Amino acid sequence: MRTLYYILQKEFIQVFRDKAMLPIIFIIPVLQLLILSYTATFEIKNVDLIVLDNDRTPTSRELVNKFSGSSFYHFNGYADNFESAKQMIKSGKAEQLIIIEPNFEKKLINEKKGDIQIITDAINGSAASMMLVYAQSIIGDFNKNIIIAQYPSQHIGMPIKIDSLFWYNPELNYITYMVPGILVLLVTIIGMFLGSMNLVKEKEIGTIEQINVTPIKKYQFIAGKLIPFWIIANIDLAIGLLLAYFVFGIPVIGSVGLLFFVASVYLVGVLSIGLVISTLTNTMQQAMFISWFFLVIFILMSGLFTPIESMPHWAQIMNYANPVSYFIKINRMIMLKGSGLADIQQDLIILAVFAIVLFSFSILRYRKTV
Amino acid sequence: MNQKEKIIEVTNLVKMFGSFTANYNLAFDVYKGEIFGFLGANGAGKTTAIRILCGLSPPTSGKVIVAGYDVSLYPNKVKANIGYMSQKFSLYNDMTVKENFRFYGGIYGLSGKEIKEKTQFFLKKLKMEHTRDIVLSEIPLGWKQKLAFSVAIMHDPKVVFLDEPTGGVDPITRRQFWEMIYESADKGITVFVTTHYMDEAEYCERISIMSEGKIEALDTPAKLKSNYGVNTMNDVFIKIAR
Repeated sequence: MRTLYYILQKEFIQVFRDKAMLPIIFIIPVLQLLILSYTATFEIKNVDLIVLDNDRTPTSRELVNKFSGSSFYHFNGYADNFESAKQMIKSGKAEQLIIIEPNFEKKLINEKKGDIQIITDAINGSAASMMLVYAQSIIGDFNKNIIIAQYPSQHIGMPIKIDSLFWYNPELNYITYMVPGILVLLVTIIGMFLGSMNLVKEKEIGTIEQINVTPIKKYQFIAGKLIPFWIIANIDLAIGLLLAYFVFGIPVIGSVGLLFFVASVYLVGVLSIGLVISTLTNTMQQAMFISWFFLVIFILMSGLFTPIESMPHWAQIMNYANPVSYFIKINRMIMLKGSGLADIQQDLIILAVFAIVLFSFSILRYRKTV
Repeated sequence: MNQKEKIIEVTNLVKMFGSFTANYNLAFDVYKGEIFGFLGANGAGKTTAIRILCGLSPPTSGKVIVAGYDVSLYPNKVKANIGYMSQKFSLYNDMTVKENFRFYGGIYGLSGKEIKEKTQFFLKKLKMEHTRDIVLSEIPLGWKQKLAFSVAIMHDPKVVFLDEPTGGVDPITRRQFWEMIYESADKGITVFVTTHYMDEAEYCERISIMSEGKIEALDTPAKLKSNYGVNTMNDVFIKIAR
């Protein structure tokens, strides 16, 4: 234990003496949380809309007003002809084009039907379908108004009345959904990078050889490399939770103690991955590259940005070996739903297995010989 | 040399890297309190041998006993009883002198009181008390090497391995460095040193000269010179290493 104390003392001295480290440890995670939470959103807002109105009647204008009045749309004006409309979509000035046919109003009154065409820039497929849904619901609303206006006496009712409730995130706020995931992301990045960089740095400058001729035990050295960043990452999580509460108004509904317990187990695993990488590499460049490789895969597959359920089957199976996805799931459950130990038990056990296996492997992989 | 107690015993040491033999059947003994020079041209296999003696690299075959323990079986026991210092691998540049002493003293199991006393003792001896709280990166190389040597012997090891300890150091500091080596040898610490400076070789009690993985000669500097019929160690070295 005394040996470990001296190793930890040394690590903390080195971390806090490095002037570049403090911003890395404490400012970058804060910026990450603030920037990503606001921007990593799949809500489609301010769709750039242009209209090619070949009818130019009060009815067609009324329809356009419906769109321009919606908070989802940003009305970018009328196009003169189809060619110029096409050009605007091509240049990205417009994402959606609504073409209103000639005699739209006349046909609506006489034949009880009118035609419009919606063209959507579908490079981003899921965004395009959302935009179409918006347009359809606005037009559907418009339709309903016409029916009521034309048949005021008849009571149009729907046989099934839907009463829908959204639980845990009643306002369907995307930030509420993203923040717990991004908190996981930033402790993961801090943990994996700092852990792997630190050990490999000693290899690069050669001090590891001096360490290797001392009677230091392997587990002492690895624990000495893990514990400082384990503490730092937990502090980062605490800062993140405070920001979530004070900036985004997202409290932890479940137990904060449980959340930190899970985080602590998880971080042992993640830091161990970093340490395994650093035992396998000789330079910071190599360690950095391999860490990035794993981080990108872990994060993109974690269910942070896209639901795991919609990934192909093989990817879902791969995700069983992705610690990030477990912690994101647990963190969302604890923070947003107030889930307790019983609810997350199974995933927590898996994280604990990860932690034990990876930590043991990093000790095994660290060689005091060359 | 009192009773000729053996501190290092090497018998039939072989180290292979694939099909390349880095050390071919090395056999030698080093005695307590001796200053043993380990010479050889670059690539002769010196560093490999030192690494084996320090427990950093396992031998392919043969027996190596250092400070009473077999390095293959008890590397950590060996490591607790040796000190090690090289030109390339030094102390932590981002820590102060005091912090370096404290860290290495701590991991060798010295008590807090011992660490304080030793730090005080060495800094006073080196006349470097004013550097106690200075970060190592701001200290000149020669001073650093003297500090590194002090740190390497602060836990009173039985043997200290010095791998080209005076490389890149000015002649005055080199002289001071050798005074430190003599002092520790007088206290009974065996000194195992490699060097490329032939004047330093003359300071050693016995010298082995390696060439292509084998020890070609092993004796006192005086005997080596007379055996090869030359006047300087430089000429001995050139005759063997060529």
